[in-house]
Amino acid sequence: MSQSNTTAVHHVHRDDLGAKMGMWVFLFTEVLLFGGMFLVYAVYRFQHPELFKLAALELNTAMGTFNTIVLLTSSLTMVLAIVALQKMHKKLSLFYLAVTIGFAFVFMVVKYFEWSAKFSHGIYPGSEELLNKQNGEILFFGLYFVMTGLHALHVIIGVVIIAFLYVFIKRDKITHDNYVKLENGGLYWHLVDLIWIFLFPLFYLIH
Amino acid sequence: MADANAHVASKSFFEEGTTKSSKGIRSWLFSTDHKRIGLMYLVTITAFFFVGALFGVLMRLELMSPGETIMGAQEYNTLFTLHGVIMIFLFIIPGIPAIFGNFFLPLQLGAKDVAFPRLNLLSYWIYLIGSILVILSLFMQGGPIDTGWTFYVPYSVRTTTSVSLPLFAAFVLGFSSILTGLNFIVTIHRMRAPGMNFFRMPLFVWSTYATAWIQVIATPVVGITILLVIIERSFGVGIFDPALGGDPILFQHMFWIYSHPAVYIMILPAMGVVSEIIPTFSRRTIFGYTPIAMSSLAIAFVGYLVWAHHMFTSGMSDTSRVIFSLLTYIVALPSGVKVFNWVATMYKGSIDPKPPFNWVMSFVFLFSIGGLTGLVLGSITADIHVHDTYFVVSHFHYVMFGGTGTIVFAAMYYWFPKMFGKMYNIKWANLNALFYFIAFNTLYFPKFIMGYQGMPRRYYDYLPEFADLQMLSTIGSWLMFATLVSIFLNLYLAVKKGKKAHHNPWGGVTLEWHTSSPPPLLNFDKEITVNHEPYDFSQLKELDYESK
Amino acid sequence: MEHGNTEHKEHSHGYGIYILVWLALIALTSITVTVAGVDFGKIALPIALFIAAVKSMLVINFFMHIKYEDAIFKVFLLLSGMTLLVIFILTFFDVFYR
Repeated sequence: MSQSNTTAVHHVHRDDLGAKMGMWVFLFTEVLLFGGMFLVYAVYRFQHPELFKLAALELNTAMGTFNTIVLLTSSLTMVLAIVALQKMHKKLSLFYLAVTIGFAFVFMVVKYFEWSAKFSHGIYPGSEELLNKQNGEILFFGLYFVMTGLHALHVIIGVVIIAFLYVFIKRDKITHDNYVKLENGGLYWHLVDLIWIFLFPLFYLIH
Repeated sequence: MADANAHVASKSFFEEGTTKSSKGIRSWLFSTDHKRIGLMYLVTITAFFFVGALFGVLMRLELMSPGETIMGAQEYNTLFTLHGVIMIFLFIIPGIPAIFGNFFLPLQLGAKDVAFPRLNLLSYWIYLIGSILVILSLFMQGGPIDTGWTFYVPYSVRTTTSVSLPLFAAFVLGFSSILTGLNFIVTIHRMRAPGMNFFRMPLFVWSTYATAWIQVIATPVVGITILLVIIERSFGVGIFDPALGGDPILFQHMFWIYSHPAVYIMILPAMGVVSEIIPTFSRRTIFGYTPIAMSSLAIAFVGYLVWAHHMFTSGMSDTSRVIFSLLTYIVALPSGVKVFNWVATMYKGSIDPKPPFNWVMSFVFLFSIGGLTGLVLGSITADIHVHDTYFVVSHFHYVMFGGTGTIVFAAMYYWFPKMFGKMYNIKWANLNALFYFIAFNTLYFPKFIMGYQGMPRRYYDYLPEFADLQMLSTIGSWLMFATLVSIFLNLYLAVKKGKKAHHNPWGGVTLEWHTSSPPPLLNFDKEITVNHEPYDFSQLKELDYESK
Repeated sequence: MEHGNTEHKEHSHGYGIYILVWLALIALTSITVTVAGVDFGKIALPIALFIAAVKSMLVINFFMHIKYEDAIFKVFLLLSGMTLLVIFILTFFDVFYR
């Protein structure tokens, strides 16, 4: 589309529905990726129900809840950015995107404090403190770090994507009548939210 | 479609590219044209195929006589791992979809390109990067990987050889596979020519569609499994290591949740090619179009339900052993539907035994042996007897090499004139098919016998009583390698100085035969509208083709 | 344009509905946190998962717009969801009975 240096004939082909379909198919791969980890979680929780409860006590439910609300709200601002653009309110759309990125940063900062609290208690992958715990607890924390870590990685990727979208809107590459990129970016961000919706009760709310 | 016959001398995709200049390496490496990308895959995959084949020959050389022949146990472990990794991840999984799918899917749909041409190029690049990582891993500290291509834990977590890098390479290659699948799904849904509804699509497209879904839905599971092993190795997180409470059988589940459907990624496109070649050379419409199309989807679906038949001796529960054994038998049904329909297509057809057809005959024979021995392995009791023996190795090679591998050559001989606009030496090609068949059975059939007698797989040494059959198999490997070189030479010479091919040398009727050879950059000179069933040979009267 | 009408079908909804959905999501979050404090024994996990499922349906249908997309998107979604379910069930035939 933006390749101007191609020798003429390469036909311009715009298919918004196709683009969205491609994005959804990609999201399925993400769902299956996390699905695999949820399978590991399910099996180990089934094998060590009591130890999972014990280990989960170490997690900070308040921080988890706060982050859930932050992420849900960022999903709202993301979708509002699309509506704003549809209504040709470019500035408002940019504002909502900026707010979304802001929420993502808040999420990451809270996550940082959460992880560093664990680290200061000597709980980190491969630590002596952790390896002295019982097997079920080791597995719980292994999964906790891997799953929330991978989720955090997706948050970071999401921020980068939204930043690009911001620039594209600013430069009018995404406009009120051609915004499938914004929609696709939004879909990705909602997926990040979707995964957290399941991570949250499975790690923070076992009592 | 009648007017599509007029073939003006328009520029082919070799003469006109999507980059500034149409010549030189850059015009290939940065091309978004699906045909050029298909050919790039062809070159790269062929190169890796020969490397993998060479490793195979070396393994056979070691096994020529009992005891240490040319290498020790550790080298042998490395060799069979690399043979597996290269052949599976670099050759047979991408093989048909990436080469022929890329080249012919848009052509058969009457489209100008795939849905996302730049993503298509990216998939190629990711494939290239992944394959380079595999090569790099050979030279890493600790020595090349020795886990076998299945990477079973706990050994893969504990061994000191370089495991993380090749695992990461497999992850990267999986990503390439996913993107190709994604591209094909959207292409099939969105890029069909006017008039081509789903039931006018050629069967190769149907099988590619089913394959694409497996690529998209199954690959992420192995992706995460691989990542978990890498993380476990790097950070000492407890996930699969039993010493930390992990469950190695769970790893096997997750590995096979992908890797069993993956064998359908390998075989389904091959079945699609067979469904193309048989009608063309029988001059007869395919028997049971809808059942064949649906059986592709059925295979893809049922393929998800059978993975644990790889684990009958792993110590999983008896309940699941019974369930998975039962489900395994169900896969045989749609495969059988295909074979019967192919045979029925040939019945009373006007058969023209050209090389592609002869290769397909070879396929039907080899694949049937492979498939039927699969049923032996699918039943728990028989499996326990032959599990982890040469019987499994032989079954696997009959299905994958005898099935998919054979069809890679059949597809090559079928579509070569379309891809390059040149014709190869037909007699030579037929001789190759014959020698291939002989070499194949000499190489692999003795393994069924040895396996049944208890020769375990993955051993570099064996008891003297196996010496004769091992020797026979090794001789087969030399024959096979010679045949492969001969195939390559025939095709290479044809590219270099073959005579110009007719644009429809076989009398095919699917859309790729409606355009010139090699096709122009945008595939067709005219707008395509479809008003025929895919294998309606009454069109041939209107189509210009080379008659016998 | 090859397929004629391939561009957006407009589904502009205004801001209202999304804010409602967001309020529902926040409400469900507080319910799930509150409920977690109560000892429901064995059904605690199903309850938590049910609430998470309701939340994700809201996100998928409204934020991700699937309610307004072509039927084929719903088929795809069902397909991948079912696959995941099948994988879980079949794996548990081993884990549960081992």
